[in-house]
Formats: sequence, structure tokens, C-alpha cells
Amino acid sequence: METFRGQALSWGLKDGVVELALHREPNNELGSMALAEAEKFVNSLEQVGEVAHALIIYSKLPSGFSAGADLRELYQRSQNVPRAQAVRIVRDQLERTHRVMNAIDASPLTTIAAVHGIVFGGGFELALVCDLIIADKTARFCFPELRLGLIPGWGGIPRLKRDLGNAVVRDLLLTGRSFNATKLQQAGLASQVVGEGEALRVARATAVQLGKFDHHTAAAAKKFIKPIPYDELRREIDLFCELFTHPTVDAGLRKFVESTDAQPYLP
Amino acid sequence: MPNFDQTLDEILNLAAAQFKVPREKLAPDDDFFKTLGIDSLQTLDLLTRLEHHFRIELPDYELQGVSDFRTLADRVQARL
Repeated sequence: METFRGQALSWGLKDGVVELALHREPNNELGSMALAEAEKFVNSLEQVGEVAHALIIYSKLPSGFSAGADLRELYQRSQNVPRAQAVRIVRDQLERTHRVMNAIDASPLTTIAAVHGIVFGGGFELALVCDLIIADKTARFCFPELRLGLIPGWGGIPRLKRDLGNAVVRDLLLTGRSFNATKLQQAGLASQVVGEGEALRVARATAVQLGKFDHHTAAAAKKFIKPIPYDELRREIDLFCELFTHPTVDAGLRKFVESTDAQPYLP
Repeated sequence: MPNFDQTLDEILNLAAAQFKVPREKLAPDDDFFKTLGIDSLQTLDLLTRLEHHFRIELPDYELQGVSDFRTLADRVQARL
């Protein structure tokens, strides 16, 4: 795997561990640029073969792992076009994003999200595709999509449902409140909670441990225990696109984009 | 369990230390967005630190519209 340095993402391979870094200012909002680079990353990941056993995804930005989808871009792209065309644009983005998420989810490598700060919306969904979440104590996890009149669109609900009890999924989804790292660990999602600024170091130490096992056995174990809910993921895309046609979405996006509220990230 | 004044004092100390503002410049009725110069993401960081410090769970929607330390202390006290 060749080292890559993009505008939103960078990656490289060292000692059997692929590291994917997010670094788009201000808060790793994930838009079309990040998606194009993520597609390139997934293609590289599929070629990595026997030389790697683990993948670590982390953020280089102090504010956190990711604020999720780039809502400003989503809003701008949905303006000045007929609604049906806007829905087609959104569906295309969702299909491409799901292909990336599914590829990481199904990767034979053991995958670790090393997170801190905000882990919101699409950022949370990216962490959820990973096999392990290592959270520093500053991490906060949230699905705020309902306030936009939407549901999480990048696999959030099916993957939460895969890993958690339905009551916790409802709490996260229907209240839009955020969980701290300790709460997420108590719920069963975070495998480790570590000190401030320690998530990447601990993820690297964990990756060294993973390298001691036979790669084929680890990949077989992962495939056995971690089914990918393809049917529900497909239905999630359909529901998201259906909801996107409602006027509440346009109003919700506009309110966020034009907000001068001091608390736009609070649900 | 700390009383309300103790809770308020601990919040002011914690905010001063985290955002590097002299403690004596913080007053209970200050707008913490202005006094600390913080945005909504930093407010979430403050919330996380409050939850860890007081070992409580404080849903962020309870902070909607809260902008002064005294009301914040009231929300925290209700969870102790």
C-alpha cells in the first residue's frame, strides 16, 4: 500500500498496520472530497493482502473524530435543483458511502476506531463499522439526525442494532442526546476507555497484540461473529431518501447552516 | 453530597482550569459562552468533564438554552 496524503484523509502502512487519518478542518465534516478519497482508500485496502493484519482509523484534529456528514455541502447541493434531482444526488452519495462503509466492515483486517472529542452522526457511523472502539475520555457520541427530519444514513441504525440492545438504540436515536465514553462502554460499544490523548497509542498497542495471531484465523473469526446487515442497510437508504423529500429536512438543514446559535451542535 | 454552593464553586473551578481563565474572573451569573469564549463543541467538552467530575449523566438537551454557571449548577445538582 502506497502512502497517501489527501485533503481530508491520509493513510499508510507500517509493521502490518494500516493507519487512516482524518484531517479536514474544522471538524472532519465528511463531504464529497472525503468520500472520493475514502473510495480510493478502500481500493488500496483491498489490495493490501497478507502484509497487514490491522487497520486503525483516527483523527488528527483536536476537536474530535468527526462531526459527521458535511451538512453545509448537503444543503448547498440540494438547492436550486428540482427535489427529485436532489434525491437522486443524495441516493448516489449514500450508495457510494455505503460501499465504503461495507468494505471496511467486511475487511479481513481487524479494525480499530481510536476516537476522541466529537463522534457525531456519520463520524459515529464510521466508528461503528470498526471491530473495536477505543475511546479517550473526552469522546462524545451522538446521532442528532432527527432534528433535521432525517435518520442516520450511513448504516448507523442497522449497525447499532447489530451490537446493542434495542432500548439503547432507541435512546440514542429518538432523544438525539450524546453519550460520553464511559456510558458507551457501559452500553457495550466501546471496548476501552483511556485517558485524554491516549486513544491512538492504545490502539497501536492493541494492533501489536492482534499481530501475534494467525491472520486467517482472525479473519475467519471476524466473519463468523460479525454479520453485515445488508438488507437493513438497503432499507435504511430507501427510508433516508423517502424522508429527504419532506419539507422539514430542507428547513432543518437551512436552520443548521444559517444558525448563529451558540449551541448548534446540541440536540 | 455537596450542597448547591459547593457544586457551583466546583463548576467554576473546573471551567477556569479547563479553559485557562483566571478563576476570579468567573462569576455565577456570567454567560459562560462569552466569559470562557467557547462554542457549542467546547460546551460539549465542558459537559463531558462535568459528567466525569461529578460522576453523573447529564443529557445535553438539558443544557439547551442554559448559558450561565448558576443554572448549569442547578442542572448538575439535580443529578447528584
